[in-house]
Amino acid sequence: MGIHRGHRARPLEWVAEKFIFLVSLSTILVVFLIFAFVAREALPVAFGQMNSALVQPVIPVADLDQHSPEEIRAYLGLTQKQYAEMDKETLQSLMEVRVEAQNEVPEQFRNDKDAAINTTEWRYLLRPHQWTGYDKPEYIWQPIGQIHKYNLVPLVVGSLKITLIGLFFAVPLAVGAAIYVSQLARPRTRELVKPTIELLSGIPSVVIGFFGLLVMASFLQSVFGYQTRLNAFVAGIALGFAVIPMVFTIAEDALTSVPQSYTQAALALGASRWQTAWQVVLPSALPGVFAATVLGFGRAIGETMVVLMICSASVMSWNIFDSARSLTATIAAEMAEAVSGGHHYRILFLLGAMLFVVTFVTNMVGEVVIHRLKKKLEGKN
Amino acid sequence: MSTLTARSARADGFRSRQFDWGSFFFSGLTGLATLLILAILAVILINIFWNGFSSLSWRFVSTIPKKDFFDVSTTGILPMIIGTTIRVFVMTIFVIPVGVITAIYLTEYAPTTSWITRIIRGAVNNLAGVPSIVFGLFGLGFFINFIGRNLDELLQNPGPVWGQPAVLWAALTLAVMTLPVVIVATEESLKAIPPGLREASLALGATKLETILRVVLPQALPGIMTGGILAVSRAAGEVAPILFTGVAYYMADLPKKPTDQFMDLGYHVFVLSTQSPNIEQTRPLLYATVLVLLLLTFALNFTAIFIRARMRKKLRALG
Repeated sequence: MGIHRGHRARPLEWVAEKFIFLVSLSTILVVFLIFAFVAREALPVAFGQMNSALVQPVIPVADLDQHSPEEIRAYLGLTQKQYAEMDKETLQSLMEVRVEAQNEVPEQFRNDKDAAINTTEWRYLLRPHQWTGYDKPEYIWQPIGQIHKYNLVPLVVGSLKITLIGLFFAVPLAVGAAIYVSQLARPRTRELVKPTIELLSGIPSVVIGFFGLLVMASFLQSVFGYQTRLNAFVAGIALGFAVIPMVFTIAEDALTSVPQSYTQAALALGASRWQTAWQVVLPSALPGVFAATVLGFGRAIGETMVVLMICSASVMSWNIFDSARSLTATIAAEMAEAVSGGHHYRILFLLGAMLFVVTFVTNMVGEVVIHRLKKKLEGKN
Repeated sequence: MSTLTARSARADGFRSRQFDWGSFFFSGLTGLATLLILAILAVILINIFWNGFSSLSWRFVSTIPKKDFFDVSTTGILPMIIGTTIRVFVMTIFVIPVGVITAIYLTEYAPTTSWITRIIRGAVNNLAGVPSIVFGLFGLGFFINFIGRNLDELLQNPGPVWGQPAVLWAALTLAVMTLPVVIVATEESLKAIPPGLREASLALGATKLETILRVVLPQALPGIMTGGILAVSRAAGEVAPILFTGVAYYMADLPKKPTDQFMDLGYHVFVLSTQSPNIEQTRPLLYATVLVLLLLTFALNFTAIFIRARMRKKLRALG
């Protein structure tokens, strides 16, 4: 037999190890695939290859032969493969359909300058435009109708507004509770309170949305007395409920990982428990609290059902008592009616790609900050 | 100098046991924050349990509704319960093997400092933070539009069979979403196993693979179960990822093939609370459905916590 080394000695072991390694690479593959396939559907919009104009120039059916195949293919929006499979008759009938569709455009839009605009161009996605019937340039998201208005700014503002309200509510509460549970509470209380707060994270977001819609909305309206019952404020508070357990867990973890020697030294020098917590433990765990906030932001901006159920009218306003529509709620509400492969569909994927990038960045920042903090605290221990 | 006197003055105050207003104020404020969170949780749970139990009945959970599921006296949620069960069950078939193998790689094989290990860990953390709606878009773009449609073309199906929303695609989407949950839980349980057990097995002549299969994995089984249960409880309540990948507003039949659509408990809560023709009248239905969903996820969570606690106790005795 002789002495073999490496994979020859135990071929099965070697194969198993390689297999295990390959399977574990699937996590990397999945993250890559998520970005690739969400971005893939959004690319035509991002590169300005879509045209959503209502009124478009037509090529009469009789002129088929006067144009190059490439022109006809682009005009009918076909892929190379589809075009190659079609005979002349099919092409003609497709062109016929196109001409008829243009003939069916309602009379009022014929001379409307907006009807000829390709609303998926970046300047209409990001900059205000003075639409017919408006007296000043405005940001409008109105994808349904004859003229599709796809301005992304109201959605981004809506998402940020609701998320920030949620964080303003959730972070002080969660961090306060984390300080109390990790530093001030007796061990018995701690062992009871911690899992109870974490129980909150077991409540599905659709249930929090339901609670916000049916119970909280009316209650908050009667307390604050604002006009619209379902607004960004209610959604933000409900979103806070969904974020609290996460911020609490991360902040509590960071505070607990501050070495005992810090607290013991402070207490031995005569500091009271709260002085120790406030002046010694909290400052050294501050990056952890920051990371908890950043990760909470990522969780909140990606939360869908709570916002979708509580408020969904897209209004361009920073007023917290106005309604708002978030990026997530827009995707969830409109994907069902968007035509697969159409401009509306692709713009919704563009929103998804934006969300992915934002949460990717917040995750990275949060993880790096926590990693460094843990390393620093353990190093000094 | 001045700070020194200030400090010692404070210390004097502490020693002479004067009433410490700062401590009172600070402890009170953080304690209040804790109480407020607990109160919010209590209000949500009491509200749902109080209103839910009074309208929950055996008939309600065991009836397949006719076309109009808003009819309070005849409707039921059996197909929703079955649909949710099927989708999470199919999900576990995919997520548990991949998750467990990845965790085995990370704890047993991976060199701790190599860049590839760091990237895998980064990917797991990132996956945990991707918004659920983005998973839904991924399911639609990848599973349905890419794999499904190409499969249809390959099999030369006359119409879309695979290239449309289905319970299989919803389960796969959820499997991708809950992968980090399984990995983290399994890894935690693998790390808790005393290294002495592995060393003993290796010293007796077992190979690394034999050690993992015969010694490490049996010990880690409760941890793997915990991970699976947590993943199921997380997935059972998620609605956003299945919106475009398989859920149906109404279906007369239960799903029979992997390519069928399904009805879902969480989605039904969404439908009942936003699309009811008369919200006051259907309120009991809504509360009962929410209660069933909540009981399901909480029961799973508690089971996971229970198994984990027992495993920790056992391993402590071993180590």
